[in-house]
Amino acid sequence: MSAAEETIQERTAALKGLGTSRKRVEDARFTQGKGNYVDDIKMPDMLFGDFVRSPYAHARVKSIDSSAAMAVPGVIAVLTAQDLEPLSLHWMPTLAGDKQMVLADGKVLFQGQEVAFVVAEDRYIAADAVDLVQVEYEELPVLVDPFKAELPDAPVLREDIADATEGAHGPRRHPNHIFTWEQGDKSATEAVLAEAPVVAEEMVYYHRTHPCPMETCGAVASMDKVNGKLTLWGTFQAPHVVRTVASLLSGIAEHNIRVVSPDIGGGFGNKVGVYPGYVCAIVASIVTGQPVKWIEDRMENLSATAFARDYWMKGKIAATDDGKILGLWCHTTADHGAFDACADPTKYPAGFMNICTGSYDIPMAYLAVDGIYTNKAPGGVAYRCSFRVTEAAYFIERMIEVLAIKLNMDAAELRAKNFIRKDQFPYHSALGWEYDSGDYHTAWNKALEAVNYTGLRAEQAQQVEDFKAGKTRKLMGIGLCHFTEIVGAGPVKNCDILGMGMFDSCEIRIHPTGSAIARLGTISQGQGHATTFAQILASEIGISADDITVEEGDTDTAPYGLGTYGSRSTPVAGAATAMAGRKIRAKAQMIAAYLLEVHDNDIEWEVDRFVVKGAPERFKTMKEVAFASYTQVIPGVEPGLEAVSYYDPPNMTYPFGAYICVMDIDVDTGESDIRQFYALDDCGTRINPMIIEGQVHGGLTEALAIALGQEIAYDELGNVKTGSLMDFFIPTSWETPNYQTDFTETPSPHHPIGAKGVGESPNVGGVPAFSNAINDAFRAFGLTHTHMPHDHWRIWKTANDLGLHS
Amino acid sequence: MIPGRFEYHQPETLPAAVALLSDLGEDARVIAGGHSLIPMMKLRLAMPEHLIDLRAIGTLRHITVADGQVRIGAMTTQAEIIDSGALQQSAPILRETSLQIADPQVRYAGTIGGNVANGDPGNDMPALMQCLDASFKLQGPSGEREVAAREFYEAAYFTARDDLEILTEILFPVSTAGYAYEKQKRKIGDYATAAAAVLLGKGADGNCNHAAIALTNLADTPIYCEEACAQLLQSGVNAASIQSAVQSAMGQIEPVDDNRGPAEFKKHAAAVILKRAIDIAWSRN
Ligand SMILES: Cc1cc2nc3c(=O)[nH]c(=O)nc-3n(C[C@H](O)[C@H](O)[C@H](O)COP(=O)(O)OP(=O)(O)OC[C@H]3O[C@@H](n4cnc5c(N)ncnc54)[C@H](O)[C@@H]3O)c2cc1C
Repeated sequence: MSAAEETIQERTAALKGLGTSRKRVEDARFTQGKGNYVDDIKMPDMLFGDFVRSPYAHARVKSIDSSAAMAVPGVIAVLTAQDLEPLSLHWMPTLAGDKQMVLADGKVLFQGQEVAFVVAEDRYIAADAVDLVQVEYEELPVLVDPFKAELPDAPVLREDIADATEGAHGPRRHPNHIFTWEQGDKSATEAVLAEAPVVAEEMVYYHRTHPCPMETCGAVASMDKVNGKLTLWGTFQAPHVVRTVASLLSGIAEHNIRVVSPDIGGGFGNKVGVYPGYVCAIVASIVTGQPVKWIEDRMENLSATAFARDYWMKGKIAATDDGKILGLWCHTTADHGAFDACADPTKYPAGFMNICTGSYDIPMAYLAVDGIYTNKAPGGVAYRCSFRVTEAAYFIERMIEVLAIKLNMDAAELRAKNFIRKDQFPYHSALGWEYDSGDYHTAWNKALEAVNYTGLRAEQAQQVEDFKAGKTRKLMGIGLCHFTEIVGAGPVKNCDILGMGMFDSCEIRIHPTGSAIARLGTISQGQGHATTFAQILASEIGISADDITVEEGDTDTAPYGLGTYGSRSTPVAGAATAMAGRKIRAKAQMIAAYLLEVHDNDIEWEVDRFVVKGAPERFKTMKEVAFASYTQVIPGVEPGLEAVSYYDPPNMTYPFGAYICVMDIDVDTGESDIRQFYALDDCGTRINPMIIEGQVHGGLTEALAIALGQEIAYDELGNVKTGSLMDFFIPTSWETPNYQTDFTETPSPHHPIGAKGVGESPNVGGVPAFSNAINDAFRAFGLTHTHMPHDHWRIWKTANDLGLHS
Repeated sequence: MIPGRFEYHQPETLPAAVALLSDLGEDARVIAGGHSLIPMMKLRLAMPEHLIDLRAIGTLRHITVADGQVRIGAMTTQAEIIDSGALQQSAPILRETSLQIADPQVRYAGTIGGNVANGDPGNDMPALMQCLDASFKLQGPSGEREVAAREFYEAAYFTARDDLEILTEILFPVSTAGYAYEKQKRKIGDYATAAAAVLLGKGADGNCNHAAIALTNLADTPIYCEEACAQLLQSGVNAASIQSAVQSAMGQIEPVDDNRGPAEFKKHAAAVILKRAIDIAWSRN
């Protein structure tokens, strides 16, 4: 069949563009063990670094004796803060405007903190030598409770800035206080609360947890002393930013640094920051002139590298007697650990926590967040979420439930009553955002119908009766959640990280025979960028996705971008991809017009070709145009077919969704069983439905883990109690229920293809759905709120406190 | 997660292994499936200088049922136990328990000998062995002896096995009584929050003619509940006797607070689990 005989539908399908459930091109190598991760990198003469870490949460380091370690054959060096000080690298800046010790400088502030870096010929020798480094500590009083941080007798953690009354985000009122961030109108909100007929109040704790990617963090640094070039391979979610930071820190010119993110085994925010291991590997390579590898183990990753959440959110929500919300007030105590190392856009020290009005039309609101130092690991990263959106969603979705209880109202009805209506978009929220688009009522009704909500409530009421009559020891919980995310950071005018505007980029080169390579400033960690970005481009330029290579992660070849986290790749780099594709098409149109001997305006684009208007048999395919661009002289047009776009998004995107979870709970053992989970996502234009579904399944399973048991817990001495996968909950297929996925499609009005991002929605919306189900199961017995994680014993305790065991 | 240095030995016969262990003394440990020992070594909580691998000793790997007696070689893996038709006939509770240990990957490597010799209160096999009234054959420099499972466990990681002895075989009578192994855990691959092994025999007259109950991870050793058994044997299996049996068993446990929850919770859960196990075992007659 010739190209002319194919139908438009056939030609469209052949592109495998937008809307196609195209199989992931990455999976052939991942499923065959052919991925190339940082620990797969092996170089001649490569050395291995390993950390001596603090066993104490707070102690003075009196002395470090590395003589016994140095005596082990094969040990090359033991670096301490003293060795790094002449280079000014014993401390490093954090992404949050604070600074962090690379190696313990006089004291340690959390268990697992990096104290010394042993460099040896292999990792076994390094591990043996770590044991032989003698560190003398003097224990200091430990602060683990953020509410005790500002008491008069609280130990001062950060002696380096004890007297600084001004921090990166404004005034500090105590040595353990980092910042106060206020949004909205305090006095007006308090006035609303004072006068409202109904006010519900609750403390909602989103416990400390951890992204725990399958691959831990690591790096290989290789300083070539002959040509002065430093190459750094590592688990970086933002390789370009790492290059800039490495240049600023080390003084090596930026063109002499190449940062490469190879395949990454999951990131979830854990791999956005810069960690002491990267710095030490670089220094060790500069000192030795040999490549140095550092790979942390699971326990190091869990206990020292970038926790998530740990927000104590005190809330008040005001409403009329019939459930119209009048105002929302929130004060958050944010436990940041020993250093403020959150990876938020500079102007947002609490991320986008001010999206905490959620899906609701709340006329008045106020939010204050106090950042606090404690003797815990630093982090506060966005664990599969856009900068504290998960905390915000959990907060508002719990507060809605708490309000429903106070009003003695059905929680689904209360939500519907307060949703922002479709005709209110673009909607300006009381805390300063402009929601781009949404249709919450449609999604909500679809969800309620899909699960037969009324039927479920009737069944639940019966179950409560049966329980009271002693016929069963099980309760049923219905967990509702309607979340609104804010993703795609972000507009350069208000979003930057270390001053770098949060645009993103795509560079496209069409080859003479009509295939292409696209390079982006983002980096996939399992999201399937090589698959989906090729699809966006296929639909824009009419070349099959199979003929487009997508490359990311090498700063020597990829255009500058801010990386992948906060669900920003599709909203920002995906937009850049479409825009670059449109530039290609514009040039191609001139070439096609010349080849067809008509004016530019006399041809139009049709799937994969330019067609002469009114003469469908006269056309040039993109493939033909590409060939001509390399082989013919086209008057007034440069040879070749390339384009680049740096996209500065005009606004964030606002994906949303309606999730419903039905749970059975054994009040005696505290075991919970997920009977049904329905997830409706609206992520705007759907690029690859199969990948969306995969993302939803994965994110929901993380949400399940967080809600039902996953935590980083500390004892009173600051010891990490959950530092291995024996205790840190990662669900297996056994604990994972069947998910029922669904969608509505409300395109973003400002995004070139209307896409909004979906990778993080299921984590953001899943946690409240699971937690609300547990809470809801006990509503009939007088429970208002119980904290996560809802593991067996805590559920049991809730039942016990309600007197259900007597 | 890198263990300390050690020498690796792989003797091919039992006498050679026993001799090696005697020579190397307390610096040596035998290794079976390695799925308890290697994690300890990676955490450097165990730092043996010599590992004596028992895997090459073929005589330690067998399952035989004869004359009303089951004999299982110490190096038989948990997966082999699950797959054994003979065991399914002669002691179905063994398969039910094995299926609740860890996950398939661990069970392909982990052995029954390692599980009972380890002495970790979290292991599931020790309570089961007490329930089955098994005995363990030990081979040391001064010969062979047998110790009853009910006498074997002294404290966490302390057993009647001498450091220089190798556990070679596990023996117990064929058991076709009603059975149940009930285990509450946080997830697949987790040790028990509370678990109960129960065997109850029903005579032609409907009375209980055999009772054995043992509990896992509720004290620093497995708990054999002799008094609870006596109650069921005396009064038959009914609501009242079950209640008093459970109560008496609960009197014996001493759970500790940990990440699975406080002792108070574990006591409550243990009672529920034990009652469940008794109900199921009795119903399987
Ligand atoms: C993720 C995970 C989950 C687990 N979950 C469970 C669970 O739910 N329930 C459970 O019961 N177990 C569980 N285990 C432990 C597992 O069953 C082990 O395999 C078992 O405890 C030990 O058997 P092994 O053959 O691996 O012994 P090894 O680890 O090789 O040895 C254990 C100890 O016993 C000694 N030893 C071994 N064999 C002999 C012998 N023949 N004579 C004398 N001493 C000997 C060794 O010296 C060592 O001290 C789990 C393990 C893992 C890694």
